[in-house]
Amino acid sequence: MANILSEILRHGLRSESFSWPQADLDTWQQALWQRFGRALVIRHVDAGSCNGCELEIHALNAPQYNLTGLGLRFSASPRHADLLLVTGPVSRHMEEALRRTYAALPEPRWVVAVGDCGHDGGCFGESYACLGGVRRVIPVDVVVVGCPPTPLQLLEGIWRAVTSARDSTPRQPE
Amino acid sequence: MPIVRTLPGTVPAWQETVSREDLRNLCLGQKERGARLVSLWGSDEGEETFVLHLALAVQEGLCWVRVPLPARDPTYPALDDVFANANRLQRATHDLLGLLAQGAADGRPWLRHDAWPPDRFPLRKGEGGEAYPPRVREPYPFVTVSGQGVHEIPVGPVHAGVIEPGHFRFSVVGERVLRLDTQLGYTHKGIEKRAESLAPAELIHLAGRVSGDSTVAGAWATAQALESILGRQIPERAEWLRALWLERERLVNHLGDLGYLCNDVGLSAGFSLFWALKETALRTHESLVGHRYLRDQIQLGGVVRALTASDCQSLREECVTLEKEVYRLRDLLQEHAGVQDRYLGTGRVPPELAARLGLVGLAGRASAQAWDLRVSCPTPPYAQAEVRMATRTQGDVAARVAVRFDEIFESLRLIHHFVEHLPSGPSHWDDSPPLCAGIGVGWVEGWRGEVFVALEMGARGQVRRWHPEDVSMSNWPVLEHAVQGNIVPDFPLINKSFNLSYSGQDG
Repeated sequence: MANILSEILRHGLRSESFSWPQADLDTWQQALWQRFGRALVIRHVDAGSCNGCELEIHALNAPQYNLTGLGLRFSASPRHADLLLVTGPVSRHMEEALRRTYAALPEPRWVVAVGDCGHDGGCFGESYACLGGVRRVIPVDVVVVGCPPTPLQLLEGIWRAVTSARDSTPRQPE
Repeated sequence: MPIVRTLPGTVPAWQETVSREDLRNLCLGQKERGARLVSLWGSDEGEETFVLHLALAVQEGLCWVRVPLPARDPTYPALDDVFANANRLQRATHDLLGLLAQGAADGRPWLRHDAWPPDRFPLRKGEGGEAYPPRVREPYPFVTVSGQGVHEIPVGPVHAGVIEPGHFRFSVVGERVLRLDTQLGYTHKGIEKRAESLAPAELIHLAGRVSGDSTVAGAWATAQALESILGRQIPERAEWLRALWLERERLVNHLGDLGYLCNDVGLSAGFSLFWALKETALRTHESLVGHRYLRDQIQLGGVVRALTASDCQSLREECVTLEKEVYRLRDLLQEHAGVQDRYLGTGRVPPELAARLGLVGLAGRASAQAWDLRVSCPTPPYAQAEVRMATRTQGDVAARVAVRFDEIFESLRLIHHFVEHLPSGPSHWDDSPPLCAGIGVGWVEGWRGEVFVALEMGARGQVRRWHPEDVSMSNWPVLEHAVQGNIVPDFPLINKSFNLSYSGQDG
């Protein structure tokens, strides 16, 4: 125990105060507070990704990004989530699971499609096995391109989704 | 007598053609001499012929066996009683190409769920072009266990964490796992069909995305196969830089996994400390080559970015810092009774079982399967670097953790060695050689284990058949044995200690 404490103390606080055009830490927290009155809860679905985008979603949990400090949390169940983070070109074997996961999110809900594959199928395209992008299956609010997009690009996409003014009419996939 | 043809390139490999009548005898004989099945796949050769292909790892290198099969009867004698890992490979080959293993113990579909009908085979010529074949839904016949108090826990394909999709069916009594049956294939993207007719550069791009965490290994193996077909060596400096990036890939993946192996036993401080290190290393990649995971750094004939002297200096310095930090973290874990209590004896694969099931790679080395391509079959620059293979005999989570630590230290030594003695000269071909038809193999020891590629190019320089094999295909079945008798809450820990690729096996 003493060893762990001394190791933590030796490293000190690793979280970084980063900022980009849209937001700094205070603006984030204020915006989430106004919109949700609590943390933003995210559910991730891998819909056929190569696992590259997942590496960067994991990297968001590195202490440098201070995810909980920003007011973001990943949930084990879609029923507790506000936002669905979807990776992959949507393999046809994951189509049904993705639909069901989306259906399990309570309204209001947001969808962020992640990566070049989530955008349009990327290098896997559209085939007997792939649908070629998340918006073919469920409505998408924001697309974060990249192969894979970096943690900061992911944060920026999440920010765009939750701060966008959006009407509440139900949407259909393309 | 089989017809033997030596293949060009850095991997010691040759091709033999045998009749299907001789196939089992050949396999039994090779098994007797210690051979291991690396991959099994098929190809549609047109003109009423299919070919079944096998890649066997033998003492002298890699033996690629071709078995021609007539289109009117595309069957062959099953090999899963000779090589245990043939089971799923045979099923996948049937799902994609319709080659049937007669007498196989397990005839269930593997990669096909409902995205195409059972009588259609996407890898056959003229098939797979249609965007959405009709769906045919049929429930997967999971293995069931009956008895008093036995119940099933279905998990997935969407898991609780940020993980790839797959379905696990646990049969349990109380907390104890009696049996696990896995259904994978959810991320099947049809990459082998996609590859057909791609140009070399596009193929290497795709190869780096078979399994996202093994982008260097995947791209290198495919580039190796292409370069052997073209019959040209890459510059020495390029070989060294590829190996440098491969070791960096090993390093960052091991750091991340060790973090999760802390997280899964409730040591969140350990998670944060490891991930702080991993993030720093990823940023180094970003500053050196402009990509945090080194994607698309390997190109036909070399690597994209040549390193400067100051780049080498910063890599050397990072090695020194990382080594100190990782030693501290290893001591931290070793002295932590709670962590050791969860690791020791958990998810055990004894060496005899590992040998019987054909466990390889990192997990194999933790169960005394002493095979590491960097040592067993080294290509330059590994031959000169004299890699020290990490092995353990216990085969439990603790052993897989120990192998990861050893491999981090060895990778740091290698990175230091590579940048210290980096040969001068070009880092890629300065011209593009004329494309030609031919066959070639690639075989690289990725961080998880071997990545194998078999490639056949057509006369106009387009891909005729590309078959990549991630070690995960062979190792996934072993996980089902590793969890037997363990408690359900230890499954995430055991699973993470293997950390196999879903995408890499689904294809």
